[in-house]
Amino acid sequence: MKKYLSFFRIRFIYGLQYRAAAYAGVATQFAWGGMILLMFAAFYKNSANVFPMTFKELSSYIWLQQAFLALFMSWYFDNDIMSSIVNGNIAYELCRPIDLYLMWFLKNMAVRASRVVLRCAPILLVAFFLPEPFKMSLPNSLLEGALFLLSLVTGFIVLVAFSMLIYITMFYTISPVGIRVLAVSTLEFLTGAIIPLPFFPEGLKKVLLILPFGSMQNTPFLIYTGVLSGSEALQSIFLQVIWFLLLTFLGKRFMKHALAKTIVQGG
Amino acid sequence: MIELKGICKTFKTAKRNAGFKEAAKALFKKEYSCIKALDHVSFSVSDGEMVGYIGPNGAGKSSTIKIMSGILVPDAGECVINGRIPWKDRINHVKEIGVVFGQRSQLWWDVPVVDSFELLKDIYKVSDQEFHKNKDVLTELLDLGEILRTPARLLSLGQRMRCEIAASLLHSPKILFLDEPTIGLDAVSKVAIRGFIKEMNKEKGTTVILTTHDMQDIEALTERILLIGKGRILLDGSLSELKKRNETYKKLTVDYAGKGVEPIPGLTIVNSVEGHAQMTVDTRILSVSSAISHISGQVDVTDLSVSGATAEEMVVALYKEFSI
Repeated sequence: MKKYLSFFRIRFIYGLQYRAAAYAGVATQFAWGGMILLMFAAFYKNSANVFPMTFKELSSYIWLQQAFLALFMSWYFDNDIMSSIVNGNIAYELCRPIDLYLMWFLKNMAVRASRVVLRCAPILLVAFFLPEPFKMSLPNSLLEGALFLLSLVTGFIVLVAFSMLIYITMFYTISPVGIRVLAVSTLEFLTGAIIPLPFFPEGLKKVLLILPFGSMQNTPFLIYTGVLSGSEALQSIFLQVIWFLLLTFLGKRFMKHALAKTIVQGG
Repeated sequence: MIELKGICKTFKTAKRNAGFKEAAKALFKKEYSCIKALDHVSFSVSDGEMVGYIGPNGAGKSSTIKIMSGILVPDAGECVINGRIPWKDRINHVKEIGVVFGQRSQLWWDVPVVDSFELLKDIYKVSDQEFHKNKDVLTELLDLGEILRTPARLLSLGQRMRCEIAASLLHSPKILFLDEPTIGLDAVSKVAIRGFIKEMNKEKGTTVILTTHDMQDIEALTERILLIGKGRILLDGSLSELKKRNETYKKLTVDYAGKGVEPIPGLTIVNSVEGHAQMTVDTRILSVSSAISHISGQVDVTDLSVSGATAEEMVVALYKEFSI
């Protein structure tokens, strides 16, 4: 296990050195979150009662989304992994006594986590001090706060497990771009990164909530804002765990199949 | 102990001719051709042996190395290395081997080389003591010193290659596969790397299999050579055996003052430019000493050297013989 931890550590530290990118990220997230809130504010002004969340809940949701963007951004793919598949450097990784699936999983987690560590604090801090309807509020209770943290972690690993599937499909194609573009746009929309899932039409929402898409950023943010609480919250976390197990199981099987057929070309 | 029996691997590749029309046609109907990369390859290598694996481009050298290192699954045949089937028991197998792919890099691009080493130490669970011992020995033999603290992207090819080889040996593997380890290196680095490989083999009894196009590598390192061509093992023997096959002629290089040398039966003049000539002696017809006395009888010899066929020429002769 030590080798995986030290791998995570190195990757994590490595990610922390990009400070300029972090400053830029914080600024972008503020601008973006602000714009989305202003857009929603216009809708709410018209008729606030037809929406599934109060504006206060929505504000918290949006700021959380911006603060933890790096955990749930579906468009991020590790360049190292992709180029190692495309250019064949994966040959070396296959010559190591390591579980490739676990290694890549941790690599993804480490990079995302290091980004969040640099970015979330300033965003959350400022969001708490914004004027009333736009400000971020605290969770309703300590218990909900704890459930939020738990669900944040499970949601995070569900997303990484899902993106692992996308990495593995790259073994079967010559260029990784096609699948990536398709997967990213689908994921962005269906996980509620563009419009929070509660705003979706009833039927579609029901389906998405059962599928892994609802178990990524949707669950922790809704628990924090209090839309999901009590047994409902627990159920959702349970569903997240199920999806995590299922997706990693699938990913490992899929990877095994891919590696058995892999031919490192050239040289 | 490495044993390969009847290993086959066929690659299916899409092929088409150049041009827009052909490309459009290929959208609907692709033509595939199957290439037999390996066709019943069998050989065995015992512990502590050093084997040169040679063959022209595309002969199947790298494919064999990939199979032996467990990253390519053959279509048929058996491969057992130290009692394990590489692709079935990959993780346990790779603990005991070191691999260098001359064309690829295993070092982390933007961190000092020593960081990559530390990570490899954890990956292979090398103890602190062993790690430092190996690192010190490798640093000395491969002259790494300051290089270790430089990020890999700043290294020259030769420096990087030395680090790559060191990286593959940190966990003291029993078997070392080197896929073109001296590709693109200057003479000094080549000599350093050869010396080092030899040392490893002698001191630790590491089994070494190396593929190369550089015949000097083979000459300097290996006693045994395996020649592969079109996916088949064509020759498995020692370098001296191979030399004997080609010992029917000798090469004479002569510097002289005088008009020139008349050829006699068994002595052919390959080229001669004002006072410098290259000749070959067919030793079945004419002995070297009588050839020399014939030459010195005709001209005033200022310099003369006799050489057998170089490994390079022998290999060219072999390629010709097997028409590959």
